[in-house]
Amino acid sequence: MTDTSRPRPAVEARGLHRRYGPSGAAGFEAVRGLDLSVARGELFALLGTNGAGKTSTMEVLEGLAAPSAGEVRVLGLDPARERAALRPRIGIMLQEGGFPGELTVAETGRCWNGLTSDARAVDEALDLVGLLPRRTVRVKQLSGGERRRLDLAMALLGRPEVLFLDEPSTGLDPEARASVWRLIRELRAAGTTVLLTTHYLEEAEELADRLAIMHGGRVVAGGTVDEVLADHPARISFELPERSGPHASLDLPALPGADLRIDGRRITLRTTDLQGTLTELLGWAARHRVALGRLDARSASLEEAFLAIAASDAATLPQIGRAA
Amino acid sequence: MTAATTPAGRLLALGRAEATLLRRNRTAMFMALALPLVLVASMRSVLDAAAERTPGLDVNANLVVGSMGVVLLIVVYCNLTSAYTARRSDLVLKRLRTGEATDAEILLGTAVPSIGLALTQCLLLGVGGALLLDLPAPVNPLLLVAGLALSVALLTGLAALSSAVTKTVETAGITTLPLLLVAQLGSGLMLPLESLPDSVANVCRLLPTTPALQLLRIGWFGTDGSGPTEGFAGTWSQGATPLLMAALWTGVAAWAGHRWFRWEPRR
Repeated sequence: MTDTSRPRPAVEARGLHRRYGPSGAAGFEAVRGLDLSVARGELFALLGTNGAGKTSTMEVLEGLAAPSAGEVRVLGLDPARERAALRPRIGIMLQEGGFPGELTVAETGRCWNGLTSDARAVDEALDLVGLLPRRTVRVKQLSGGERRRLDLAMALLGRPEVLFLDEPSTGLDPEARASVWRLIRELRAAGTTVLLTTHYLEEAEELADRLAIMHGGRVVAGGTVDEVLADHPARISFELPERSGPHASLDLPALPGADLRIDGRRITLRTTDLQGTLTELLGWAARHRVALGRLDARSASLEEAFLAIAASDAATLPQIGRAA
Repeated sequence: MTAATTPAGRLLALGRAEATLLRRNRTAMFMALALPLVLVASMRSVLDAAAERTPGLDVNANLVVGSMGVVLLIVVYCNLTSAYTARRSDLVLKRLRTGEATDAEILLGTAVPSIGLALTQCLLLGVGGALLLDLPAPVNPLLLVAGLALSVALLTGLAALSSAVTKTVETAGITTLPLLLVAQLGSGLMLPLESLPDSVANVCRLLPTTPALQLLRIGWFGTDGSGPTEGFAGTWSQGATPLLMAALWTGVAAWAGHRWFRWEPRR
């Protein structure tokens, strides 16, 4: 039935649409033709601004909602229609809790232990996320970060093959975040496929094998971090000295492939050849004895790429890339 | 390492957690334990007054069956409407749907402690009533059990349906009121059906909550007060229509509860 020459992806979505409310203007289409493929054992990050459609997408991939159009497969199964067969093999952490405040951490674990096939011991799962010392505390008394970690522990109870994490580190302090990242890396090293959403770009940069940037319900950029960045220019900025006057930029050398912006004395260059452009620029400055104030040169960052994409269809915000 | 989960195991896990939550919810516990007592006590005087107007009214039978009805309504229907609403607004239901439990198991598992508590109270009322009021043994225990089972299933479905239109736990008191009033006035809890004009009583027998309670009465006392007292065999023909009606209403409630139930708060 399936093509055996090539392993099927762990998570696959083709032409995915998700609509809320009635058709026409009264409804809202949160996901608009999304394609996604996550290989087995891969750690994949879904990035996007708030409202980009990340959670709407995740809910369809998790089988919590049916798509209004398109096809989804997780481990080769339809997550909504074949929920019963799929559930024992995946772990899900929603964006927001979902544990009764009046139960203790251990009681929550015991309940989920009874709902999970081949479950880890509750204390083992709590220990993974460092919550063992808090086992007798009621959920409502946990901090936001502790609740996130409880959520993660419950998602890990069944040793899932595929793990869906919707903003796993939101609300964590830096130390807890570092330990969650460590845990996610260990899971991936052990062969777990991880699909996570985040709006922390450094999280995607740190963890992900591949990523996709969502905007307006679609994937607008995807690939490895390097691939995504390759499409975005590096940036050089500096200030010309006062005495050179407002027209000094006219004396700048020809910088092939570089995009020049002048804002008074401040010059910003965007280039796909950072080294070449920088060499030309510094050579020119040396020859003309020009001191370049506040000189800054940097490779494209995911943040810049992200902001550029977020601003791409917002004509009113053409300058947003510079703010990065 | 435990093996694969089973439906019974999942219901047990959900029921146990929910029982802990019920025990820790003082409002719910007060409602479940104290309110039926108050209502049952007031029922006695209402029934005595009705007996003066309606000769031959069986006060004891009405009292016992009415008490069970009140307990089932408050402990299963009202309590569960609140529980479903609370679990939904805390996103507990949504989170549970990410696990292995099916939708029906989640709803039923949440209901297990309320149903267990209500049935225990019914048993105590039955035993206590039989001893204190010197009641006869049930004529047809099977019909009695069927009546209890259908009442519980019906009210669970209706609770799911009511919670679909209940936004917060605080408003559950309002959304459960219509059915409570209808049941109290029209299903023989506050006004014995035999004390009403026949035409009104016949309409009342069509209400969702009436047939299941009629079964309790026929199963125990051999009549619902509208005809002669029957033996075991005779109760089957007398109970046939209520049994069918109760099953029908239960089916409708289960279907509608499933159809309109909301698993997460409105965005």
